[in-house]
Amino acid sequence: MQRALTLQQTTIGKKVIMALSGVIIVGFTLGHFLGNLNLYLGPEAMDGYAEKLQSLPPLVWGTRLVLLFAFGAHISSALSLWVRNRQARGSRYEKRKDLATDYAARTMYWSGPILLLFVVYHLLHFTILPAHPGEVYRNVVEGFQNPLIASVYIAGNLALGFHIFHGIFSAFQTLGANHPRYNSYRRDAAIAISAAITIGNLSFPLSVLTGIVTL
Amino acid sequence: MSEELLNLTLHVWRQDGPNDSGRFETHKANDITTHMSFLEMLDVVNEELIENGKLPIAFDHDCREGICGTCGMVINGVAHGPQKLTTTCQLHMRQFNDGDEIWLEPWRASGFPVLKDLVVDRTAFDRIIQAGGYISIRTGSASEANEMPIAKEIADQAMDAAECIGCGACVAACPNASASLFTAAKISHLSLLPQGQAERQDRSRKMVAQMDAEGFGGCTNHGECEEACPKGVSLRWIARMNRELVRSMVKADAPIENRKR
Repeated sequence: MQRALTLQQTTIGKKVIMALSGVIIVGFTLGHFLGNLNLYLGPEAMDGYAEKLQSLPPLVWGTRLVLLFAFGAHISSALSLWVRNRQARGSRYEKRKDLATDYAARTMYWSGPILLLFVVYHLLHFTILPAHPGEVYRNVVEGFQNPLIASVYIAGNLALGFHIFHGIFSAFQTLGANHPRYNSYRRDAAIAISAAITIGNLSFPLSVLTGIVTL
Repeated sequence: MSEELLNLTLHVWRQDGPNDSGRFETHKANDITTHMSFLEMLDVVNEELIENGKLPIAFDHDCREGICGTCGMVINGVAHGPQKLTTTCQLHMRQFNDGDEIWLEPWRASGFPVLKDLVVDRTAFDRIIQAGGYISIRTGSASEANEMPIAKEIADQAMDAAECIGCGACVAACPNASASLFTAAKISHLSLLPQGQAERQDRSRKMVAQMDAEGFGGCTNHGECEEACPKGVSLRWIARMNRELVRSMVKADAPIENRKR
């Protein structure tokens, strides 16, 4: 207990907790995306996949519990660091020029809360209050045929892409994965993973909107 | 990059003391040659202020050859000004153009309280070093120089980290006013070398605890520090510090002391 407590007490420890919980969430997001590819195999595949998952309550609830814990740790560390980092500057610069900060890094504190709202909406939409319980394929297609709902998903996934791009790169750095020979690949890996998840996820609402996937 | 004389407008942060709220003052710097260093330009401005019975602009400086880490100010939003890998004292006026407006601000960080104008109190760095940035050595007669073999690659890496001159530009440039690059450079430098092994277990925890106690922010991996660093100290040392800290947490069991300033 003492060790966990001391790690949490330092700024670096909080970052380690952010990185580890982030890795868990990104890992789930990747699996979630791969499972959703069943959409392209038709209603039977999609609904069958959902039923298969639901028939394994320990897996479903285990995953939910781990995710809940990861989200809690991620958000509480973020809030604590955010407060600290604001206090650390003290007075603001009149002129300030960023030399290295990219768009994703600059917007982390915005993309984070946006993603939280999106996750809540997403859970309400498909898990907690689905239009047709048990008919996953129909819920997805009918939902995305509404341009407003589809655009919420598109915006949410764009925020996800930027957030996990900086997050994955940061996780390498925070967890100390650092080697002069491989350092240039850390950014490439962050781009590859975040682009794969984002483009894949964006393809679902876009293919429904364009009529490639229909009821 | 010209031979002409420059006429510049300076917007300088003036603050009478630690408790003053501070304000910008506008001063003219006329007939500045492009061969002057930035601090020499300020010397000229100060001469004129003194002649007119006003208080000169206070700024830190010592060696004026880019190696001591004493000077430093934020010039047009960039720590140490527009030239990469260059301290304020080694920045020359040929980097500016006639008619430029230049904004001069101190390092802004809770861990670096402003003492006067552009001078900040950087003793927080000294306290981070005191917390763990030292090694145990045998005193007495000098030991044989090659007694302890060190691989060239290790010596080179330690030297890269040891290039840090402790100027504080990393803190000034960081969006979170984090002292991670400074602390990481010192921890890495000592942890790489055999002489630094005796305290290795505790060093990272003590120095990180002190860094936090001084009120510096956390690292968000933006990379601003590395860009601003006049010595090009790399972000990779921060990754190394993080690993050192986790390593010491896993290996040793003494709790972090809660340090006060």
